[in-house]
Amino acid sequence: MTTVNGDMTEQLHDKRTVVIEPAGLDRLIEVLSRQGYEVVGPTLRDGAIIYDRLASTADLPVGWTDEQGPGTYRLRRRGDNALFGYAVGPHSWKKFLFPPALTLWRARQAGESFEMEAETAAEPRYVFFGVRPCELQAMEIQDRVFMKGAHIDPSYRSRRENIFVVAVNCGHAGGTCFCVSMQTGPRATFGHDLALTEVVGNGSHYFVVETGSGAGAEILDDIPHREARDEEIAAADRLLCDTAGRMSRELETNGIRDLLYRNYENPRWDDVAGRCLTCANCTFVCPTCFCHTVEDVTDLDGRHAERRRPWDFCFTADFSYLHGGSVRSSAKSRYRQWMTHKLAAWIDQFGTSGCVGCGRCITWCPVGIDITEEARAIRESER
Amino acid sequence: MSPGPCESPMRPQPYVVRGVRRETHDVFTLELEPAGDAAPLAFGPGQFTMLYAFGMGEVPISISGDPAGNTMLVHTIRAVGTVTRALERCRKGDVLGVRGPFGTCWPVDEAAGKDVVLAAGGIGLAPLRSVMYRLLARRERYGRIALLYGTRTPEDIVYRDELEEWRGRLDLNVQVTVDRAGSDWRGNVGAVTTLLPRAEFDPANTVAMFCGPEVMMRFTMLALMKRGLQAEQMYLSMERNMKCGIGLCGHCQLGPFFICKDGPVFPYDRVKWLFGREEI
Repeated sequence: MTTVNGDMTEQLHDKRTVVIEPAGLDRLIEVLSRQGYEVVGPTLRDGAIIYDRLASTADLPVGWTDEQGPGTYRLRRRGDNALFGYAVGPHSWKKFLFPPALTLWRARQAGESFEMEAETAAEPRYVFFGVRPCELQAMEIQDRVFMKGAHIDPSYRSRRENIFVVAVNCGHAGGTCFCVSMQTGPRATFGHDLALTEVVGNGSHYFVVETGSGAGAEILDDIPHREARDEEIAAADRLLCDTAGRMSRELETNGIRDLLYRNYENPRWDDVAGRCLTCANCTFVCPTCFCHTVEDVTDLDGRHAERRRPWDFCFTADFSYLHGGSVRSSAKSRYRQWMTHKLAAWIDQFGTSGCVGCGRCITWCPVGIDITEEARAIRESER
Repeated sequence: MSPGPCESPMRPQPYVVRGVRRETHDVFTLELEPAGDAAPLAFGPGQFTMLYAFGMGEVPISISGDPAGNTMLVHTIRAVGTVTRALERCRKGDVLGVRGPFGTCWPVDEAAGKDVVLAAGGIGLAPLRSVMYRLLARRERYGRIALLYGTRTPEDIVYRDELEEWRGRLDLNVQVTVDRAGSDWRGNVGAVTTLLPRAEFDPANTVAMFCGPEVMMRFTMLALMKRGLQAEQMYLSMERNMKCGIGLCGHCQLGPFFICKDGPVFPYDRVKWLFGREEI
């Protein structure tokens, strides 16, 4: 499986490029399930493509695609049987690695003192089936937050170290995608055990599969496959090239850190605050947003306590509450905090942008605020 | 002083309350000792812990005791919220949870050979008291030492006995002021900045440290800069909402900084570009 320092594993195995038929993917799910993994991936639910348990490829959104725009998300039929013919939906893999609600520990009162209960059992082992290249980068970014600083989140680490990653290169550019600007897609280059490119059309349907780790190469032994022919590899490459050319948006990242640090007082923040509902949808759907809070609760008799860690959002007044009031009381200051953190402060904190260009914050913003447009407006105000 | 990667940084360690002391009507000091045979907490002046009242919650509190090998972990706390009020109800023998110490330290060693100016507002005196202990333990290492302390009323003065003792020393300049007072008060009235003219120091060879409300620190810095101090000679302790103390929860951000791990003590020239901006 992909290790945290995945690069090593990736370099050490003999990289192979093979072709697998759609039925081979069912075999892959079966083999991994038998190894004790819980396979999770894209599936249809309530009019959207979300991530949940997969029993077979029949659970994938077969033949569906999405139409996305600022504040808009609609599914429609593709007219073929593509398994991965859509872009990312409202969920991201962070819900498995950094769950929206987690109990950190339990304790019980014992006389004047209290006793901590032993650490909980082992975390689930997941197969992430259908991870997009931008999402691989999002996982790499959250690794830096939760595993590579002075303090480590043990729950995140044990989940992360045990995943098997099946990446899917993007043959479809979503209506709000800008991975090319963020240099995160549309082709997976690291962080996966296997990377698939789906080729569908003209009566053929196959997957060009590249191995990304020793574990990925090994599992091929159990999956029907054959060596990829040059023209098949070329067809997959063409597809990814086309996707890169169909990006709907662009974000100029050159000098963006200093740009935003220079513009704390830019009037554009007032403009965006006039539209922003401070609903925090953008942070819910963002695959890198990591803020959370800590809640201590007891049962009714007060003798059993536990500590919970739910997600938290920099768009609430409570988030920055300090005795006497909220530091960021205005919508302007909260949107500014979110975007400046994402595109600028993140670089200082973790050596990378916090944005991967997935476009979720644009699609799922109820009023269609577009981070690329806001960044451009600030840049242009300096011209 | 900060611990290395910790396997369970969110699990508090049990500490027994060994002493409770009331400072003012809403401020109290707790002395804590690790339960069982755990070693006393090693910390540097300026660092804080997360204090946990069973089932109630956790709050970040500066350490205000003597960093030099004291077995007691000392915290001075103002009862303003649910958790701090629960802590206020603690009695000797009660057990609290402690995580930490976290954060950066005051530049006590860097100040050796220099004059030192400490300016505290309200409960901001708590972390600077740790500095005073360090300075006094090696008094000969430092030049002139001035401690300027302002608080709301005479009734809000914390560490009163100690302040009076220090004020009696010939090698310390201790000044106290209050915002407002009754007619029985014979001391100073006014902001901390009004005490600055009484502090003598060599601007070229001084380290200044501040802890208090941002507005108090801002005007103290402005006044000291007029006296010739440079930004890099001044240090301040910043405060933001904190939930984890370990740089993960995101609450305490100030621009690129996490106050819990990059601070709370910052050299002023590092945060100058953010300091005083509204709603950062």
